[in-house]
Amino acid sequence: MSDPLAVRSTGLTKRFGQQTVVAGIDLAVPTGSVYGFLGPNGSGKTTTIRMLLGLVRPSAGEHSLLGSPMPESAGAVLPRVGALVEGPAFHPYLSGRANLTRLDDADASTDRSDTRRRVDAALDRVGLLAAADKRYRAYSLGMGQRLGIAAALLAPRDLLVLDEPTNGLDPQGTREVRHLVSGLADEGRTVLVSSHLLAEVEQICTHIGVMHDGSLVAQGPVAELRAGAGQRAFVETTRPRDAAAVLRQLGARDIEISHDRVGADLGDVVRTDLAPALVRAGVPVLALGVQERSLEDLFVSLTGEGFDVSG
Amino acid sequence: MSAGSRLLRSELRLVLGRRRNQVGLLALAAVPVVLAIAVKVSVSEPGPEAPDFISSITENGLFVPLAALGLELPFILPLAVGIIAGDSIAGEANIGTLRYLLTVPVARARLLAVKYAATVLFTVVAVVVVAGVGAAIGIALFGSGRLTLLSGTQIGTGPAVLRVLLAMAYVVVCLSSLAAIGLFFSTLTEQPIGAGIAVIAVNVLSLILDQLPQLDWLGPYLPNHYWASYIEIFRDPINGEPLRSGVLVALAYALVAWLAAWARFAGKDVTS
Ligand SMILES: Nc1ncnc2c1ncn2[C@@H]1O[C@H](COP(=O)(O)OP(=O)(O)O)[C@@H](O)[C@H]1O
Ligand SMILES: [Mg+2]
Repeated sequence: MSDPLAVRSTGLTKRFGQQTVVAGIDLAVPTGSVYGFLGPNGSGKTTTIRMLLGLVRPSAGEHSLLGSPMPESAGAVLPRVGALVEGPAFHPYLSGRANLTRLDDADASTDRSDTRRRVDAALDRVGLLAAADKRYRAYSLGMGQRLGIAAALLAPRDLLVLDEPTNGLDPQGTREVRHLVSGLADEGRTVLVSSHLLAEVEQICTHIGVMHDGSLVAQGPVAELRAGAGQRAFVETTRPRDAAAVLRQLGARDIEISHDRVGADLGDVVRTDLAPALVRAGVPVLALGVQERSLEDLFVSLTGEGFDVSG
Repeated sequence: MSAGSRLLRSELRLVLGRRRNQVGLLALAAVPVVLAIAVKVSVSEPGPEAPDFISSITENGLFVPLAALGLELPFILPLAVGIIAGDSIAGEANIGTLRYLLTVPVARARLLAVKYAATVLFTVVAVVVVAGVGAAIGIALFGSGRLTLLSGTQIGTGPAVLRVLLAMAYVVVCLSSLAAIGLFFSTLTEQPIGAGIAVIAVNVLSLILDQLPQLDWLGPYLPNHYWASYIEIFRDPINGEPLRSGVLVALAYALVAWLAAWARFAGKDVTS
């Protein structure tokens, strides 16, 4: 009964008018994983999540959640899925508790006599119990975000879909959300968490998928992606142009020259070939080194732009 | 208790708990109060040329709710129903809570049904407030006793109250068609006020078209042509013909508006 993939899609596509916003992606989120769904703003993460949850109808493609086809199985599957989509949204004049109670009342799969307990447990889990009776409009950005996460945790969930859960949070809040997500993963729940900031989710993810312009350009276990990220060589020399030519001839890619320093991705080039080749070409080598590329480097090369560090 | 009624109760708490709507209900209740006091303190009694039922108020306090409904039915009650109906889906889309209701999940048909039911129940509350406050102040100021029907026959207080209740039910049915039109408009936009204004525009346009002698043939097909026919309940015997037509027209409009709302909302991309 348990599918090895908590989220599976084939050729999932969304067009808004002429614009193709999500271009045929094949998501594979293993059950029990923490899947970082990464990509710059506008790359199609939220639209994908809306399709997964049945809010937006795909233009093409199919998908399933927890092993059941969507949207046909929405009624049976979605109660087991907690979601935060494009930020929290609540009734401004209702308290945090009243807002969660309303969502619990809307859920046909829950027992009314337990509403109060479930609501308070969810509020407690995100540290909002003390502010439960404040009106939502009096909440700070961070409190609103936490209330959104509390709503996602109202009932026991097998899958959590959290779209940019750290948006608008201060560093402390970001750490708390990371801690919360790790805790959920430890309980055996599958978490799909999107972010435009690699650094915010890298430490907690077991798997990563990278979106760029509506396409899924990389996907897999973090360790595998990191290993595949390859190595980068640095040569310090008085003749950087000649050094660059040698590296290019060897088959290195992404060659950068700055002052007396040349950097290049090694790809399939054998490390030990570097020094002899440089010497043979008569390039005076001041220093030579090779580094593992970071995931960040990989994403920069995949998405053609850096992740916005400032948020 | 079924899940449907849990959500419906939540919906009613939301509608009736909202300050704006409470103030609106107070405004609706003010009309019969002002009307009754004005009649009481005016030196001369209103002449026979006064609008329906107002001339009869001094005879029997039960005419106050009827006169108040008559005053509020063309514009004020449709305004209230339009605002609530316009808010139903568009209000949730506007603040983004629609996406969270749908992912709970609440099936889209169920959400439409609950939103419509809540709007109709708000209409019931509004009509009960107008008629209830009217009856209370009317009986306090003018007493009740036997009631003289439009046809001249007199009936006792019990049958009179029954006829008032029947008139209230008829008014609710009429307004429910407008509520369905508002539900449809509410699925078209993320601006609740825009949907509400569209309902009011339909109502006003219908009122105006109904006045044009050149468009006589159109009248019976307009949504509010038969609304004022609730006065037919106060003849002996009750003149059922226009009432039946009124109910049929209301049901027809409600059905068409409902189908349109479903067609629009069933597969709509929720990007709010
Ligand atoms: N309702 C819509 N109509 C037209 N374009 C849209 C709509 N929603 C999103 N888009 C476009 O789709 C692209 C991807 O948006 P989104 O999925 O929100 O990306 P992300 O969540 O990765 O920032 C953007 O270019 C955005 O402008
Ligand atoms: Mg987004």
